[in-house]
Amino acid sequence: MIDSIKSFMGWFFVTGDPMIYGADASIALASIGIVAVLTYFKKWKWLWQEWLTSVDHKKIGIMYIIAALLMLFRGGVDALMMRTQLTLPNLHFLDAEHYNQVFTTHGTIMIIFVAMPFIFGLMNIAVPLQIGARDVAFPFLNALSFWLFFVGAMLFNLSFVIGGSPDAGWSSYAPYADVEMNPGVGQNYYLLGVQISGIGSLATGINFLVTILKMRAPGMTLFKMPMFTWSILITSVIVVFAFPAFTVALALMTIDRLFGAHFFTIAAGGSPMLWANLFWFWGHPEVYIVLLPVFGIFSEVIATFAHKTLFGYAVMVWSMVAISLLSFITWLHHFFTMGNTAPVNAFFSISTMLIAIPTGVKIFNWLFTLNKGRIQFTTPMLWALAFIPNFTIGGVTGVMLAMAPADYQYHNSYFLVAHFHSTLIAGTVFGIFCGLHYWWPKMFGYMLDETKGKWSFWIFMISFNVCFMPMYFLGLMGMTRRMYTYPAGLGWTPINVVMTIGAFGMGAGFVLMAYNIIWSAMHGKKDATGDPWNGRTLEWSTASPAAEYNFAHIPEVSERDAFAVTKEKRKAGNAGTVKSYAPIHMPNNTGIPVIMASFMFVAGFGCVFEWYWMAIPGVIGVIACMIARSFVYNDHHYISVEEIKRTEAATGRLS
Amino acid sequence: MKKLKILIKPMLLLLAVPMLTMLTGCSDKIAVLNPQGPVARSQYHLIIWSLIMMSFVLAIVLIIFVYVLARYGRKKSAGYDPDDTGNRKLEIIWMIVPVVICVLLAVPTVKTLFSLSNPPKATAMQSKTAGKTLTIDVTSVQWKWLFRYPNQKIETVNYVVIPAGTPVKFRLHAYDAMNAFWVPELGGQQYTMTDMPMKLWLQADKPGNYDGRSSNYSGKGFAHMTFKVMARSATDFDSWVQSVKSNKPALTHEKYMELLKPNTVKPQEFSSYPELVSKDLNKAQMEALMNGDPVETDKMNGMDMDKENNGKGGHDHND
Repeated sequence: MIDSIKSFMGWFFVTGDPMIYGADASIALASIGIVAVLTYFKKWKWLWQEWLTSVDHKKIGIMYIIAALLMLFRGGVDALMMRTQLTLPNLHFLDAEHYNQVFTTHGTIMIIFVAMPFIFGLMNIAVPLQIGARDVAFPFLNALSFWLFFVGAMLFNLSFVIGGSPDAGWSSYAPYADVEMNPGVGQNYYLLGVQISGIGSLATGINFLVTILKMRAPGMTLFKMPMFTWSILITSVIVVFAFPAFTVALALMTIDRLFGAHFFTIAAGGSPMLWANLFWFWGHPEVYIVLLPVFGIFSEVIATFAHKTLFGYAVMVWSMVAISLLSFITWLHHFFTMGNTAPVNAFFSISTMLIAIPTGVKIFNWLFTLNKGRIQFTTPMLWALAFIPNFTIGGVTGVMLAMAPADYQYHNSYFLVAHFHSTLIAGTVFGIFCGLHYWWPKMFGYMLDETKGKWSFWIFMISFNVCFMPMYFLGLMGMTRRMYTYPAGLGWTPINVVMTIGAFGMGAGFVLMAYNIIWSAMHGKKDATGDPWNGRTLEWSTASPAAEYNFAHIPEVSERDAFAVTKEKRKAGNAGTVKSYAPIHMPNNTGIPVIMASFMFVAGFGCVFEWYWMAIPGVIGVIACMIARSFVYNDHHYISVEEIKRTEAATGRLS
Repeated sequence: MKKLKILIKPMLLLLAVPMLTMLTGCSDKIAVLNPQGPVARSQYHLIIWSLIMMSFVLAIVLIIFVYVLARYGRKKSAGYDPDDTGNRKLEIIWMIVPVVICVLLAVPTVKTLFSLSNPPKATAMQSKTAGKTLTIDVTSVQWKWLFRYPNQKIETVNYVVIPAGTPVKFRLHAYDAMNAFWVPELGGQQYTMTDMPMKLWLQADKPGNYDGRSSNYSGKGFAHMTFKVMARSATDFDSWVQSVKSNKPALTHEKYMELLKPNTVKPQEFSSYPELVSKDLNKAQMEALMNGDPVETDKMNGMDMDKENNGKGGHDHND
């Protein structure tokens, strides 16, 4: 009996590596610590009522960002472990199996559990405020989306200590990822964790599509929307069309692995290449899911701190529409080298190059927004400005990769790795840091410290270049991605040393940013006006942080940059008419999303280990939650006029 | 001006890092920029052409970027114009210029793409090999490379000898995981797959040894999945084939099954191989065969469209 328990524990928990035991201990300590602090300060009720059951888009946004920052830390540690291992030839810091797991979790976490939720967090915070709405179209679904993402991320991360991590790469190519060559639970964690959070992403796409189309303030026509809202509208459309392909692909591979089907296997007529097609049919649009929103953020920030309206607004919109359409006809460029005939590769080469046209147009429009502006170098603006040259490098190398015959030489090499980090770091990461600093006062009511913010920017940005510029050359020297080690004497060592230094520099920049967040939480300058940056769009017309109902009066919009126009009118002495308050209709908090997602976690965990005695009750729990929800008739409440007056008076906004 | 100075420093650094790398690293270490055969050379020309065009684009962006920051980044910079919100003429220009650049890049791309599906022009001097090609079947197995010479009837592991100046058609197969066959100095890569034989033409200008490796991740031993391509003169190649045929052991069925297990092995060579090897069975088919089940061989033709070359069309150095 004891022996069988022992052997089960040895299989269930990942054993044999001091780093894993360290992680086990720190996870246990952190969990005990959190529980103890919450209990000691009697915060359980507060946590449940104010956060876990909240359907307020602002709080959901904050939870998304906290989770994404934690995941960024984990993904970053993964990156540093890889860089340490590759600093010198033939190091034994990580063995092959461990390294393979680390690059797999690094990629998956950074894309699925950092980039996407960070963007979802920022759009949750900013979009309803930018369009003058009091919440999103489906607040319940919004909370459910967050909790599905959260349990998906937790399930995926659990693989580190229980059962073992996936090791087939974030792209998980069949047949290697299928059960024939990759037995064990690791790949199941990938499939289930990503699947569960993917359902949440799809729901978020639908939610924001409807929110933006149906809930804009009166007078805000589509072409008067802020550019960030435009970018989210287009992103939502991409999410809705791209994610189903991934959902299906993940489901098919899950069926392969759990129930012995042969969609992607070598045997029985399975087609490994089908996975590559389905994966990248989602995977390429996914790149724009995480890029278009930051294009929106940069548009807002550059216009705000150049003190000008965005240059070429309509062209900016249409170029994003063009990118979104093109993003669906370029997926094959991820496998030019998989035996396509010349005409097929020619088509996808050209369709990929075409993306450079709308993207180039956007770069020039940003440059000409700066032109004739009055440029103010705030921390968010520094991130936005650094984006332009750094992202352009990623963009031009992207065009080089688009040329199929040349891609035969770049593919799977560090040239490719350098390219997508140039776009995803200089684009997405700079963008989310930019948005974080820009909207921070709106989220919490105080500013992040500018000096520390600028230091963290310079350290991170310079280190990024130290890490990734040499990487292009390493690729041309023939070093391929996903090698856990390399022999000496190939001339690769000096570049690898430089890259590792850069990577640790980026880590230092991130640590300084985290320190800035903690420091500013205690000493940060209060944002009393709600408009610390002299903003142009409606989110700056509310208090910081905005009241639960966002706007006491729904704003009326007549022009682009609605708040800038209002401020000019006020300056001219036209304050507008004073209106009386009316009770505000708001959705009730609900515990169903977090409970339903927990059942989803149980079902997912059961499926990972093929414990159907656990998975089936989990699924039943999910269905029970759906049924319970359908019997909730009283799902809203009214905020009384007295309370509105009290809240508005507290922020000095009582008109 | 102070702001500008702090901006210029990182910009210089940004340019300096790759430049230094370029200058300090020996250029022959940069395999892709050191082509040793016609396929790699055509890709190299394309790369250099795109590099020129893209440097031009990057330069324009950087010049405008530095200019606007220098001009409008100061506290009291003159010329502030909040009503400057669009300029039809300029916007049309920067829409047309990228279109032109795309055309300039797309035309050579498509040309090279079509030319690569044909054998490169043979440059060997000896009349014996002129106009002839060599076919080699490559199979990736976790984590090793098997090379089969269908006309010479010999087999090597983890290294391949080819005659310089002769176009070599590599027919690529995978036994288990997908890999990619890449010899950067001779030309770009192509995947090996289990259900679709692929074709890759390569040719070495002159005798020499070239590093090859798998570039597509395939599991634990992936980093060690390297091979050498040894280009030799036609006569040296022929004598090498002869010496393998007369001095090396035959590949037995047992030895072959041993090679198909996932592990890493040393380079080796065999004077002959059993008939089973030339069937190019993948793992699932092999297991079915061993269990006595019917073997499904619904192979797609894939890249290898020219049927007449199936194991017969290659030149034979032993005639």
